[in-house]
Amino acid sequence: MSPTDAPVPPTGGDPLAPREAGASDAAVLLSARGLRKSFGANEVLRGIDFSVRRGEVVTLIGPSGSGKTTVLRSLNGLETPDAGTLEFDGGPAIDFARPASKGDRLAMRDRSAMVFQHHNLFPHMTVLENVVEGPIRVQRVPRAQALAEASALLERVGLAEKHDQYPHQLSGGQQQRVGIVRALALKPDLLLFDEPTSALDPELVGEVLKVITELADEGWTMVVVTHELQFAKQAADEVLFMDGGVIVERGAPEDIFTKPREERTRRFLDRILRPLD
Amino acid sequence: MNEGLQLFLESFWPIVWGGITGTIPLALASFAIGLVLALAVALMRLSRNRVVSGIARFYISVIRGTPLLVQLFVIFYGLPAVGLVIDPWPSAIIAFSLNVGGYAAEVIRAAILSVPKGQWEAAYTIGMSPSTTLRRVILPQAARVSVPPLSNTFISLVKDTSLASLILVTELFRVAQQIAAFSQEFMLLYLEAALIYWLFCLALSGGQMRLERRLDRYVAH
Repeated sequence: MSPTDAPVPPTGGDPLAPREAGASDAAVLLSARGLRKSFGANEVLRGIDFSVRRGEVVTLIGPSGSGKTTVLRSLNGLETPDAGTLEFDGGPAIDFARPASKGDRLAMRDRSAMVFQHHNLFPHMTVLENVVEGPIRVQRVPRAQALAEASALLERVGLAEKHDQYPHQLSGGQQQRVGIVRALALKPDLLLFDEPTSALDPELVGEVLKVITELADEGWTMVVVTHELQFAKQAADEVLFMDGGVIVERGAPEDIFTKPREERTRRFLDRILRPLD
Repeated sequence: MNEGLQLFLESFWPIVWGGITGTIPLALASFAIGLVLALAVALMRLSRNRVVSGIARFYISVIRGTPLLVQLFVIFYGLPAVGLVIDPWPSAIIAFSLNVGGYAAEVIRAAILSVPKGQWEAAYTIGMSPSTTLRRVILPQAARVSVPPLSNTFISLVKDTSLASLILVTELFRVAQQIAAFSQEFMLLYLEAALIYWLFCLALSGGQMRLERRLDRYVAH
């Protein structure tokens, strides 16, 4: 594969430009304001504000039940917040206080692609079919082009030989890499990762994190829900620590991990870094 | 005994022929129409609209709660009373299709529900519409789950088509009945009919196993 064959991460004006450290001057791709969501009596999001700049990697960390997955799922419409706004640069902008139009909801969904905790590959399709399904069936990309791009992407994540295998014939790490390629093949502006390594055997976590880190280095914009603090430290531009449906603390990873300001952040990090104490 | 054997052999082909020209086409046509109906009813049953799912529920309840023979008689002998005369063959196909529609709808509904929610979500996030998701992602997976129960439905249907002999459709059992009435060898002819039904069903079970194996190729064992 020559590097020019691969779909280029959409980073605005200069798609091949490497991500600047901090990326703070880049345009805002997505801003979320005041997101609230309840499941019955259980209020899982209690006013969430954050924004993601183009080329930026934002990680959401926090204890289970803190609402981080709900935030992520709200970004592409798998959950619908009860209130708040989501605005993508270039549209759409949705105010959840009113029922969103179908067109807006679909437009929002098409800005991002999701990598699931349990990959959710289609078991009745081969690896290659899984990857080209969206481009061919939904985006109407010519078949030959979709196949070539899918092959290039699969090769890039080290799965060139697995084209014609079914998902169940792959290891968990390989399955998740296919899940990532399936998302990349859609050429979204924003990649969403929902605990992409939580369901993996420990020895398979590395190969998946490596791929995600490489994508971050190439300039893909991403929001990652994760328990892998090492990954957050290494790849994230901003870490959001959530607890009880709010963002308790946010900042650069070196600040959050070495000198957290909030007691709740400190306790959470302690529990993860020193689980036996 | 020799005479018996001779009658058995002489009547074997006519009865099998009755199966090939009557039983099998009747079962195939009714099953095909019934499956389409069942898919529609299953989707209605899964609808969030209470009126739509209520209609489906009512239909399933009526079909499952009344004897097939009665359904057949209502269509063939009953409807003429309200001015609707339908020939034996179409009557039989209508009755059997409606019947399959009711039973298979529940099988298909359960099969659709057995596909994990993550599959719907993955399809949604790659941009698929609900109907494309159903066609490309959900139904292929539901099909695998529903092959064994739907095969049972089909095998039952093949045997149930013998009821069509009561509304004058010439099929396997009616041929056997006619030969039996003529020869007065009821035991021999009815056992022979039973044997031929059994052979037909054995062949179908073989086909079911091959189909299952084909659909199993993407499933971990």
